Amino acid sequence: MDAIPLAALARWPLLEAMLLAALGWICLGLIGGLQRSPGHAARWVYPIGALLAAGVAFLALLALVAPPLAPHTFSFTHGMAGFVMHFRLDALSALFVALLGLSATGVSLFATGYFSTGDAPSGRRICAQYHLFLASMLAVLLADDTVTFLLAWELMSIASFLLVMTDHQKRATRRAGYLYLLIAHAGALAILASLILLQAGTPDPSFGAMRANAPLPERSSIVFLLGLIGFGAKAGLLPLHAWLPEAHPAAPSPASALMSAVMLKTAAYGLLRLTYDLLQVQLWWWGALMLALGLVSALAGVLFAAIQTDMKRLLAWSSIENMGLIFSGLGLAVLFSSHGMQPMAALALTAAFCHALAHALFKSLLFLSTGAVLHATGERNLGRLGGLIRAMPWVAWLTLVGALASAALPPSAGFVAEWLLLQSLLFNPGLPDPFLNLLLPVAAAIVVLASALAGYTMVKFFGITFLGQMRDNPTRPCHEAGHWERAGLIWLASGCLMAGLVPGTLIQLMDPAVHQLAGSSLGSQIGAKGWLLIPVDIEQSSYAPLVLLLGIAAACVLTWLILRRLMRRGLRRSAPWNCGYGFTSARMQDSAEGFGQPIRQIFESMFGIRRSLPSPFDRSPHYRVSVEDRIWRGGYLPIARTVGRLSQTLERLQPVRTSACLLLSFMAMLTIVAWAVL
Amino acid sequence: MASGLAGQMLAILAALALAPILSGWVAQCRAWLQSRSAPPLWQPWLVLHKLFLREVVLAQGASPLFSAVPFLVFACMVTACAIIPTLSTDLPLSVVADAVALVGVLALARVLLSLAAMDIGTAFGSLGARRDMLVGFLAEPALLMVLFTAALGAHSTALASMVDVLAHRELAILPSLAFAGVAFTMVSVAENGRIPVDNPTTHLELTMIHEALILEYSGPHLALIEWAASLKLFAYSCIGIALFFPWGLAANDSPLALLFALPILVAKLALGGAVLAVAESVSAKMRIFRVPEYLAIAFVLAVIGVLVHILLGS
Repeated sequence: MDAIPLAALARWPLLEAMLLAALGWICLGLIGGLQRSPGHAARWVYPIGALLAAGVAFLALLALVAPPLAPHTFSFTHGMAGFVMHFRLDALSALFVALLGLSATGVSLFATGYFSTGDAPSGRRICAQYHLFLASMLAVLLADDTVTFLLAWELMSIASFLLVMTDHQKRATRRAGYLYLLIAHAGALAILASLILLQAGTPDPSFGAMRANAPLPERSSIVFLLGLIGFGAKAGLLPLHAWLPEAHPAAPSPASALMSAVMLKTAAYGLLRLTYDLLQVQLWWWGALMLALGLVSALAGVLFAAIQTDMKRLLAWSSIENMGLIFSGLGLAVLFSSHGMQPMAALALTAAFCHALAHALFKSLLFLSTGAVLHATGERNLGRLGGLIRAMPWVAWLTLVGALASAALPPSAGFVAEWLLLQSLLFNPGLPDPFLNLLLPVAAAIVVLASALAGYTMVKFFGITFLGQMRDNPTRPCHEAGHWERAGLIWLASGCLMAGLVPGTLIQLMDPAVHQLAGSSLGSQIGAKGWLLIPVDIEQSSYAPLVLLLGIAAACVLTWLILRRLMRRGLRRSAPWNCGYGFTSARMQDSAEGFGQPIRQIFESMFGIRRSLPSPFDRSPHYRVSVEDRIWRGGYLPIARTVGRLSQTLERLQPVRTSACLLLSFMAMLTIVAWAVL
Repeated sequence: MASGLAGQMLAILAALALAPILSGWVAQCRAWLQSRSAPPLWQPWLVLHKLFLREVVLAQGASPLFSAVPFLVFACMVTACAIIPTLSTDLPLSVVADAVALVGVLALARVLLSLAAMDIGTAFGSLGARRDMLVGFLAEPALLMVLFTAALGAHSTALASMVDVLAHRELAILPSLAFAGVAFTMVSVAENGRIPVDNPTTHLELTMIHEALILEYSGPHLALIEWAASLKLFAYSCIGIALFFPWGLAANDSPLALLFALPILVAKLALGGAVLAVAESVSAKMRIFRVPEYLAIAFVLAVIGVLVHILLGS
């Protein structure tokens, strides 16, 4: 480390280099979009994109390693009159940029293989939209004024909307895209309102000016609530989650991976930027609200994930669960900060950041593996798949790494995050409010329940897809993923493993961001031991995943060596025993519905279930069951109906003659002028 | 450090040796209670010996996962037994994994076994996997909440310090630990496939949970899984002993202290096994869809235990 003095490192133009990478992505998108044969172009466009992403991740990690000097800033004057675009790189941005770079590298490597097989004309469009999406997400994380932020935010929404609409010939896709666009824009409006309120009184839209004169608590609360609505809609928090399980499955797999892994995190970033950076105070009920919303989302997300039959829908619901857990961590941090308990806030923030990083890695891994399965078999429905571990062992074993992380099992990255969150929920020196003190263990119980259910969901996801026998068509041709696809999966899986095995190093990297927000950090306790995790005190709790894994592996190998000596008799292959019942068919295995049935039955009151049972006299009996979201029926549809009715009423007001129309608009203008003058 | 490692090795060896005997003891007690002639105490060891000498019959189409899982599950259970303070509270491994990690390791074993059961693609395999995960997703949070009740008192989730604090309190029934104790008993019955949740000696396929999972295993593979199952019973018994009857554990690793701790542990296990046998003999197995209700009660009781601890401060 001495070879490069850290102080010199901090003076490197890291921010400028990142902005250049964003420009590079846009150029790549344009070049790729203009190529005559998109399949051929994908072979070099996406790897360059992956290289840029890796570079961005490296720069962000450098920014985190360098000592906390003044944040890098960069601004340039736009063509529009007197309008300056501000960019800024501080520890918080750097952390999320690193997350973006790390998962985008894997996704772009995978996309090389994924998009180079077909030469469909849509490939050109996808290439442009994909790289624009990457660049806009980077811009969101670096923007330092209202206008730039909202511009980048909108670009991000639109690029992802276009990616969702890739398959626009299907009616379901158009419906999903429309719903996504609607909720994304409602959210963007809320963010706009929030930032305008924050800026009120000054002509300067830069975040720097907002930091300088923070508003009073009453106005802060309105700003926070609007921000929570806007960013919560992007994160898929209940009740604004309806778009997520529709939109994520519709996009091509690499795009779904990016949306789930990175775009959802930008919402967490935005809310943190707003609550911790732009607003100077935090109120306790903000944290309590975030915690409650997060917990409800986590539980509802995982319950719905457990009963899904479509691979990507299952993963989308699981993303809602994970965002719920991340927001619980953030809410907890705000709660602690508001009571001046900085070390506890730092612990909760670390837990949320760990979860965000782990989720970015394992969820993109899982989405990409559904892409590989979709390519290999043309099927996304769990109920028709099975036994793929034999045809595609690489994809299966790499997916297992992601599935175990998603199930929050040790020694994976998901477990570290859950472990830290539980530590911060259990061991606080006691909040002043006794009622809140009682609620925290209940929150811990919900977190634990959600992760146990995630285990159920992941056994279903992995077991039904990759194990057993092919359910639908046993002779279905399927092939192993290509080199590029494998490379992307390996990148993400090794990231998952690293994050799980050396959490101490990871947390040290996050430390500057935690310190920037909470004013305190875990750095002193973590010490130099990357393998041992001690959040507060070694007497209180510690966890060393590397040693744990080594212990399990050693026991495993030792048993195997001893048994090999002991076992004199060999190994014989035979038909499955199956209790002596000779006839077996793939249809006898659990279907995806069957595996989720216990959850459906236990939590029946939470789902809107409609069943149609066959009568005993039916010639061809059919059993149909559909499960829908109660919030959709009870919340969204009434609003949609009300809006429809209102617009019909207003339609009647609309005069038929042009002159009347003109008169009305003239009156409206007069009113506005009068209001402005008075 | 050297004596710590020796103590650790001794604890692991004791677990490996005693676990099948504990299962045999429970079976013996049950036989006596049901007026049957009892198998010898070391019957499980004889069964393991028999299975280890047999050949492995592997189902056609079994993937490498299927043959790897018995070893992994066995290793997980050995690790779990090494984390729990069975003989002494001075364990070098207790820094490595705390109570949450212990529950995680147990969950990892369950998930791996369920995946292996789905690998062959038989009807019973996936049925067993689904039922086992059903039991697991409610039992695991309940177990964690039980451990949290003790952890809050000790201000630590490290098992060794939890047990240290619990062993040095005055002899009184704490209300929070009473709730936790009831919840823990319910959970450990469910997790170890005992009546009323599952029957370890069942031969009726439709009611099986654990036995359905391992139908396709044979020979040494089956032996490892059976051994792992008895290690799991041993681990749960030791968690129960450590949380609710921690007196008599060695506080350091001197050979003399360990020598005293071993007979005390055996006596407590014998008592616990007898109680389990009585409980199993007087209850009937319930329908599978009553199990979630049963486990939900355990979960709620465990949460109440934590809340009572915070409200009363004890």
